[in-house]
Amino acid sequence: MATEFHNLQELRHSASLANKVFIQRDYTDGTVCKFQTKFPSELDSRIERTLFEDTVKTLNTYYAEAEKIGGQSYIEGCLACLTVYLIFLCIETRYEKVLKKISRYIQEQNEKVYAPRGLLITDPIERGMRVIEISVYEDRGSSGSSSGSSTTSSSGR
Amino acid sequence: MITRKITRKWEKLPGKNTFCCDGRVMMARQKGVFYLTLFLIVGTCSLFFAFECPYLAVHLSPAIPVFAVLLFVFVMAMLLRTSFSDPGVLPRALPEEANFIEMEIEAANGNVLAGQRPPPRIKNVQINNQIVKLKYCYTCKIFRPPRASHCSICDNCVDRFDHHCPWVGNCVGKRNYRYFYLFTLSLSLLTIYIFAFDIVHVVLRSVDSGFVNTLKETPGTVLEVLVCFFTLWSVVGLTGFHTYLISLNQTTNEDIKGSWSGKNRVQNPYSHKNIIKNCCEVLCGPTYPSVLDRRGLMLEDSCSSAPSNGATTVPLNKSSNPATQTTKSSAPLIPNEHTPDEAKPSIGSGTQKSSSSPKEEKPSSPISPNAVAPAVIKESTH
Repeated sequence: MATEFHNLQELRHSASLANKVFIQRDYTDGTVCKFQTKFPSELDSRIERTLFEDTVKTLNTYYAEAEKIGGQSYIEGCLACLTVYLIFLCIETRYEKVLKKISRYIQEQNEKVYAPRGLLITDPIERGMRVIEISVYEDRGSSGSSSGSSTTSSSGR
Repeated sequence: MITRKITRKWEKLPGKNTFCCDGRVMMARQKGVFYLTLFLIVGTCSLFFAFECPYLAVHLSPAIPVFAVLLFVFVMAMLLRTSFSDPGVLPRALPEEANFIEMEIEAANGNVLAGQRPPPRIKNVQINNQIVKLKYCYTCKIFRPPRASHCSICDNCVDRFDHHCPWVGNCVGKRNYRYFYLFTLSLSLLTIYIFAFDIVHVVLRSVDSGFVNTLKETPGTVLEVLVCFFTLWSVVGLTGFHTYLISLNQTTNEDIKGSWSGKNRVQNPYSHKNIIKNCCEVLCGPTYPSVLDRRGLMLEDSCSSAPSNGATTVPLNKSSNPATQTTKSSAPLIPNEHTPDEAKPSIGSGTQKSSSSPKEEKPSSPISPNAVAPAVIKESTH
């Protein structure tokens, strides 16, 4: 496994984008936001399976927390309705708070886990919560594996 | 030399929406009927406050106009909230994502002989032990999430699409369905309220002055009664219909298409089989954020060229970058197909924006999965 050690700054200057991998949504539990934990084959040589699965499972937990329908969401909903939803001008909704947590988590994961391996996760909210986009970087100037080889195996099985 | 011009993302969004207040307000293009709605509500309430309220406040109770004002404010707030908010539009796939999906589809389809129609693009997903088919949207270049649908009027895929309502001048979807429901409910109450007190007012006055004189003194009453009478039937009916849909956790779109009805059809996998739970989920669920980021800043570089893929340096500034590549998506592989039935393999017209398939909105959409065996990408997660 060719490990290229980068931090985020190095990625910017010395690495070039080789490929992007998209982790799709998992709809088996309905329309709640949840991503598949299936390990994509393109990342086989880049990162350990457990690290990847941990990241996705943590993200799924965050989203489940944001979309939980329970006591707090009822109170928020009723209070907002009584104030004709003007209260959202003052306070943040629970979902927005969790999205900020997610953003910080992804930033932290990028810095600690993914950038050292030449990968970068894009926050799903920037892709319409449809996919987790993982950018795969190669060292500029290295005759590394081209992106062509990974396309044939991206059959999503 | 790079010159930077700052534009907001809403200026470059595809689709047929109009934006106001620098991206804060989002509506459909045709707003005529919405203005009519506004006019009817504001006009009728003004007449009520002018003609009925002074009399009723004195002769019956001052609480009557106060309550009417509160109800009116609530109705207007709900209407404006429904009309101005993002219904849950799904952004279109950027070129890399579109290509990724194309390659998945091609891998699943195998070799299609020249001259043969490619099979329709469907993904089967198991939700709560039911098989649900996800369709591919040729305009947005994505497989639509369950319950999403493409609105041909606004030219967007909308999550949990209910219907496009010309009266509010916007689509009704996941993010604004509860406001729409509260609007119809409160409007029903307001209409009934005004209608009832119109009658009371006319009766009370007629006792003093006689019926014909009353009508001469308060001509506004006649107009109000007319408007309320016709509004009552439609709005109260609509409220009842949506209450029924909410209790079953269905959308208007699913109801019209008969997705969950009929013997051979799948049962609704999203329903909790409990009316109260369904109502709570729809009305008291979390407030979903907009994923469109209308007011985000887009930095345009004058010397930018939009490369699709390959070895390019990508700045890590996540907020600006990918949107500068074309948001009018142009996947080079399948440029211009509307639906599988109309497939015209015209490779090379890649930059033309494919228009929405108008068949999406009609209930009897001619999908032909029986004629051509569909290549189905089966998803089974472990």
